[in-house]
Amino acid sequence: MRRSARDSEDSARKVNRRALFMGGAMTAMFAVLGARMRYLQVDQADEFKLLAEENRINIRLIPPTRGQIFDRNGRLIAGNEQNYRVVITREDAGDVEAVLRRLAGVIPLTEPDIDRVLAEAKRHSPFVPIIVADRMAWEDLSKVAINAPSLPGVTPEVGLSRAYPLDTDFAHVVGYVGPVSESDLARIEDPDPLLKIPEFQIGKIGVETWMESTLRGRAGTKRIEVNAFGRMMREIDRVEGEAGDDIRLTIDAEIQDFVQARLGSESAAAVAIDVTTGDILAICSSPSFDPNLFVRGISYKDYSALTENDHRPLANKAVQGAYPPGSTFKMVTALAALEAGVINADTSVYCPGHYETGGRRFHCWKRGGHGMVSLSRSLSESCDVYYYDIAQRVGIDKIAEMGRRLGLGMRHDLPMSAITEGIMPDKAWKRQRYEQDWRIGDTINASIGQGYVLASPLQLAVMTARIASGRAIRPRLVRSVGGAELPVTEAPPLEVSGSQLRAVRQGMHSVINDRRGTGYSTRVVDPTLVLAGKSGTSQVRNISAAERARGVISNDQLPWNRRDHALFVGFAPYDAPRVAVAVVVEHGGGGSSVAGPIVRDVVLRCLTPGPLPPLSAYPESQRARIETLLTSLPLRKIEPEATARSRA
Amino acid sequence: MSFLEYRVKTAPTGLSKVLHVNWALVLLITATASVGWLMLTSVAGGNIDTWAAPQMKRFAVGLVLMFVIAFVPIWFWRNMAGVAYLVSLALLVVVEMFGTVGMGAQRWIALGPLVLQPSEMAKVTLVMMLAAYYDWLDPRKVSRPLWVLIPALMILVPTALVVIQPNLGTALLLLMVGAAVMFLAGVSLWYFGIIAAMGAGAIFSVFTLRGTPWQFLHDYQYRRIDTFFDPTADPLGAGYNIIQAKIALGSGGWGGKGFMQGTQSRLNFLPEKHTDFIFNTLAEEFGFVGAASLLVLYALVIAFCVASALQNKDRFSSLLILGIAANFFFYLAVNLSMVMGMAPVVGVPLPLVSYGGSAMLVLMAAFGLVQSAHVHRLR
Repeated sequence: MRRSARDSEDSARKVNRRALFMGGAMTAMFAVLGARMRYLQVDQADEFKLLAEENRINIRLIPPTRGQIFDRNGRLIAGNEQNYRVVITREDAGDVEAVLRRLAGVIPLTEPDIDRVLAEAKRHSPFVPIIVADRMAWEDLSKVAINAPSLPGVTPEVGLSRAYPLDTDFAHVVGYVGPVSESDLARIEDPDPLLKIPEFQIGKIGVETWMESTLRGRAGTKRIEVNAFGRMMREIDRVEGEAGDDIRLTIDAEIQDFVQARLGSESAAAVAIDVTTGDILAICSSPSFDPNLFVRGISYKDYSALTENDHRPLANKAVQGAYPPGSTFKMVTALAALEAGVINADTSVYCPGHYETGGRRFHCWKRGGHGMVSLSRSLSESCDVYYYDIAQRVGIDKIAEMGRRLGLGMRHDLPMSAITEGIMPDKAWKRQRYEQDWRIGDTINASIGQGYVLASPLQLAVMTARIASGRAIRPRLVRSVGGAELPVTEAPPLEVSGSQLRAVRQGMHSVINDRRGTGYSTRVVDPTLVLAGKSGTSQVRNISAAERARGVISNDQLPWNRRDHALFVGFAPYDAPRVAVAVVVEHGGGGSSVAGPIVRDVVLRCLTPGPLPPLSAYPESQRARIETLLTSLPLRKIEPEATARSRA
Repeated sequence: MSFLEYRVKTAPTGLSKVLHVNWALVLLITATASVGWLMLTSVAGGNIDTWAAPQMKRFAVGLVLMFVIAFVPIWFWRNMAGVAYLVSLALLVVVEMFGTVGMGAQRWIALGPLVLQPSEMAKVTLVMMLAAYYDWLDPRKVSRPLWVLIPALMILVPTALVVIQPNLGTALLLLMVGAAVMFLAGVSLWYFGIIAAMGAGAIFSVFTLRGTPWQFLHDYQYRRIDTFFDPTADPLGAGYNIIQAKIALGSGGWGGKGFMQGTQSRLNFLPEKHTDFIFNTLAEEFGFVGAASLLVLYALVIAFCVASALQNKDRFSSLLILGIAANFFFYLAVNLSMVMGMAPVVGVPLPLVSYGGSAMLVLMAAFGLVQSAHVHRLR
């Protein structure tokens, strides 16, 4: 077919018109594409740049090394131990199960362990290391290292974990650390992002929790670049954190160990205070527990053994236990009466064995009565009627005021958990608490530390120290933080006249050193270490009318948990006091027979350098028995100055 | 004097043809392709051997092919149009029966070392066929129904074969290219109006028939469309690609992050980074400036083609050149709309830049036809 060139040119013209139209449409499309590009790349660039950075950069926290806790002489109480573990990485292992089976031939690995690791490995990306075994023995770790060629993807790792080398001795003081729980996070306002790291541990009780901010330190950060699968490509930069500060306590670990051993398996507590500085030298609660169990994650069996024990090992009885102080409270009543001018040091009261007021009869512990009783004798023989009489004359409010001045009924601020306020009752307190008027019988009961009065061993030790020193000393648990000694401020005077204090101290001296004193058997014969103190035996039950009719039942006949608490407070040396001690033995029976000897041993241990109190300080007749007792105590060997160790 | 004779007299012969090649167009094509080599080097982490070197070799082969085709007189290609069209139809049938399955669709035939994608070829042969048809047809008859029906069938047969592969993206491109040539040939605008109305109806029925046994599209195709309309509904699933592509593009900003500094592509957040989404790497690393430059290059390639077509007084030649230019344009417009989040992800590569052999060779052959028309144009 042939056509003329003219024909062809005509049609070409039509093509040209439509071609120009198409060119216009294409230009419009190019303009749209360019505008879209401009919108995304210029107008929204900042937003997309941010999204790209968020894609690319992950910020990881570097947990700081936790500060360590030492005793007053630099012996390690809470440290960071190297923790050996083995991890497996799926992408390097290939057949994870086969590698785990081979690993099970090298280290102990149970079937559930293998299942757990397999399940976890499936859940995570192939490059995420999964912990196979934690807290391994060094031998097991080296076995893994030796067998490395047959265990692809298995890597030994070293981490740090909290360890308490003196385990039971400091469980109640220092406490322990544990993983952060939901309730921890809910409790803390604006929580440190560190707390959200899965393996991070924080203080759960005791010094570990009360000084958490000091011990924790500051987290470092590293920014890493990750790819689309979350694999780390490189570290962009890192900001080093700060390790937590070390803490030195006022406690002497050797004394603490001695006291803990001396309390033995009794349900008891003991507190020893330096009367000039308020430094707590030892603060023990017995029985105790091993805090290391909690760090590792305590088993259900171990935990229920602790909670079901009727001696309550988890309770810190030294600060948490509130006991009727019994006769150890008599110094407070006496000082209140002396200050009010109701009595003076020479005032005598007749004790017929009972006291009648408001139509009720209150008995002295000595049915036959003490006869004419002076202040000194009222303390040494612990006459109750003397105190019924003077308390009624001075009134409860003045007694309570004196009690508070001596440190009862108030919370002493130590970095420990569950510190009780105790109860120092007065009229206003009863009105508020029970909406009842104060009765005369309440004063009678309170005067001998029964009724509403409750005090902790710590409060009793502070009271004794204040009587001994004449100053309002405050207990102190922390000696230095981060290497800087905390200043010791001299405690303000107690504002009780010196002669009245001397009269009471003299009475406490006669308790132990007077032949008729209740604590004569716990005397110290070394003239430089003379002990003064006061016993107390407090009832934990009401004596029923039937029991009263039958006569007092001996403690030995009662079930353990209904027996009296045994208490004893003491200080020494008498003429220049340096240390005050309070001991409470729950349901122990007689204060002077059970708690007294412990106070004497603790006081002597605090005042002498040896690992055991010097036998020469004890009365000759008791030395053989004491020696057997002391040498049988399971004391630890505590490494001195363990500072260098374990800081990785 | 016959038209053919006239041309035989004036057309350059022998080596003088080299002088008449549209060298500016060759230069623009090479520049565009070299942008591709640069980006392929970047996405391979600086390694040329991974993608860039094979792509360069293919381009060299394509360049040779282009010149060979360019030096063959255009009237030969016009006479071959019917044969080429039938061969590509045959190949589409063959690929349906023996083709290699990839991405859930049958698209490829392996011919020794050469991987052939007949649907790519069909786009060019369709343009040739339609241009030859309208060259043959009396221009006064182009809008008569019968003479409209014939080219419509020429378009629909290969389109249908591509749809059943299934390769929806290429099928749409075939439809658009065919319609463009018909439009350029002067078919009455009424037909296009009717087709547009029918298209709207088809889209409506595609969506209303979803979930019924008569649904037109595969489930994955529906999902792609859903994802397009709301990529954030499934940010880690199907919408991930679009979101990450937009982040790559947008985070480039004005000047970009620098060569091989694109975090989105280097860290694999960007999907299909060496094929469909290579433009996003360019935009991320060289910013708006770099991306707009590529856009300008493309516009120049098309402008030179259109200019060449306007100069050409032969109906077959100008329809062929414009058809190929339209094909090239649709190609890049669909890809760019897709990577900028303006169109669903349909799996169309960026011409001359994306990694891929078959598409590159077909494209270079098409440019060979453009050159042939240019060399042997009526003066």
